Amino acid sequence: MNPAIVFRDLTVSYGHRPVFANLTGQIQAGSFVGVLGPNGAGKSTLLKVLAGLIRPAAGSVEIDGRPVKRRAESIGYVPQAVQMDEDVPLTGRDLVGLGLDGHRLGFPLPTRRRREAIEAALAEVNALHLADRRIGRLSGGERQRLLIAQAIVSRPRVLLLDEPLNNLDLASTQQVVELVKRLAHEGEMAVLLVAHDVNPLIGRADEILYLANGRMAMGPIDEVLRSEVLSDLYGYPVEVLRAAGRIIVAAGAMDGHAHAVSAASPEASVMLP
Amino acid sequence: MNPWVMLAFPFAQHAFLAASFVAAAAGWIGFYVVLRGTAFAAHALPKIGFAGASGALLLGVNSLFGVSLYSAVAALGIGALAERDRRDVATALVLALGLGTGALFLSLGNLYAEDAMSLLFGQVVGVSALGVMETACVSAAAVLVVAAFHRVLLFTSVAREAAAVRGASNRIADWALLVGLGLATSAMMPVVGALLSFSLLVGPALAARHLVRRPWQAILTSVTLSLAVTWLSLFLSFALGWPVGFFVACLSALAYAIARAASRIFDRRPLEGMA
Repeated sequence: MNPAIVFRDLTVSYGHRPVFANLTGQIQAGSFVGVLGPNGAGKSTLLKVLAGLIRPAAGSVEIDGRPVKRRAESIGYVPQAVQMDEDVPLTGRDLVGLGLDGHRLGFPLPTRRRREAIEAALAEVNALHLADRRIGRLSGGERQRLLIAQAIVSRPRVLLLDEPLNNLDLASTQQVVELVKRLAHEGEMAVLLVAHDVNPLIGRADEILYLANGRMAMGPIDEVLRSEVLSDLYGYPVEVLRAAGRIIVAAGAMDGHAHAVSAASPEASVMLP
Repeated sequence: MNPWVMLAFPFAQHAFLAASFVAAAAGWIGFYVVLRGTAFAAHALPKIGFAGASGALLLGVNSLFGVSLYSAVAALGIGALAERDRRDVATALVLALGLGTGALFLSLGNLYAEDAMSLLFGQVVGVSALGVMETACVSAAAVLVVAAFHRVLLFTSVAREAAAVRGASNRIADWALLVGLGLATSAMMPVVGALLSFSLLVGPALAARHLVRRPWQAILTSVTLSLAVTWLSLFLSFALGWPVGFFVACLSALAYAIARAASRIFDRRPLEGMA
């Protein structure tokens, strides 16, 4: 089977600050990969490089065996949710339609093919009932599903989601993750989803790509979220605790305190006495 | 005087035509101004255009040329500066620069107060037949620029990175809107004046988004409201002899207030129905 995404020796830096260096990996079509790591590790940056939005200082990205370029029909991108006015005159249908032809000049013509493509994408994310609602008045989870429909309406081979779970409640989080999993497995898409917390991905993501300290580890959750692997990645002792089916990554006993962390990274930690 | 009788005179017909072209363009472009939150630029460009017009009067050339040149340069300047800094800061800087040179032109040119007043508040009954043609062409050009980038303006406003992946550039959308605004400003200045053209750009567009929910409906509604406000303003101005700009400003605000109140009332109903 040919991998849908192949990246080799990716290096990116902002000014003099290196974000990551020499990342190499590949993602199969039909596989759902969660991208995890502490803040500032370059999760969103990696996604933008794969989408062709940021040119890496070194290295290459291939989508379906061809170098990534702008104006790519083969990539669906779900951006971080933007703040939207309640009264913005745009319905779910309009938002999804932009994914089809939003880069073209002039106004969209209401053809039957266009309408059917939009409704197919809406049906795929269970959002047909949102077609004629104003997007500014939807909940975060509803809007996230519409943004996913917008990304997949052009039938891409690769779906990239930048922190789609932020600010979602637990029920919406699970809905979105289940939806993304189904799109990957049934739609034969290679899916990368950037997340803060590994827990919603347990049992759903096929693999995770853990970024830290400018390097990455990739594999099934149980192989990557291990103390040896993460300690090696971070360069200092990191503990991975499992409790009641949840995973907690903790920087263990560095200064006599235990740092408990909800978000699968030993940063942003809550100090326990 | 009876407004219907006045419409028999050519000067009133010219005023009616020129104001209608301007209103349609302002209503259309206003949709994108409100969508993208560029109201400050929409406020600044006519004032900068005023400085351009006073420069043109000083040099003795067509004031429409002065307005167009100045607004175009200002629009490009804001676009260029906004790539590095925040757009409101860039706009403020360009606005101050434009007004500063305007102050110089006014003092050098010994403009009569009347000239300055007509630039600031518009002189709709002073539009010639040629002026109507010019207004029509510039208004049409302004609408063509933004309409060409309609989808790109929408896409980059709601999902910037997704748009960029598809090749729709936010920078190009910004430029298109600023150039359209600059052109619309040039068309509006002689008719509604520098101070009040802003109200025609935002009032009807803001009202429209409370009334309808799809982009093309909002544009149509905004253009319709803008035309209605303008026609009613002209009518009242002919009847009472008060300046057009006064009525345009008041009626634009009134349209917004009514639309908002109406949407409050109508939006509540389906929610109650669902419960």
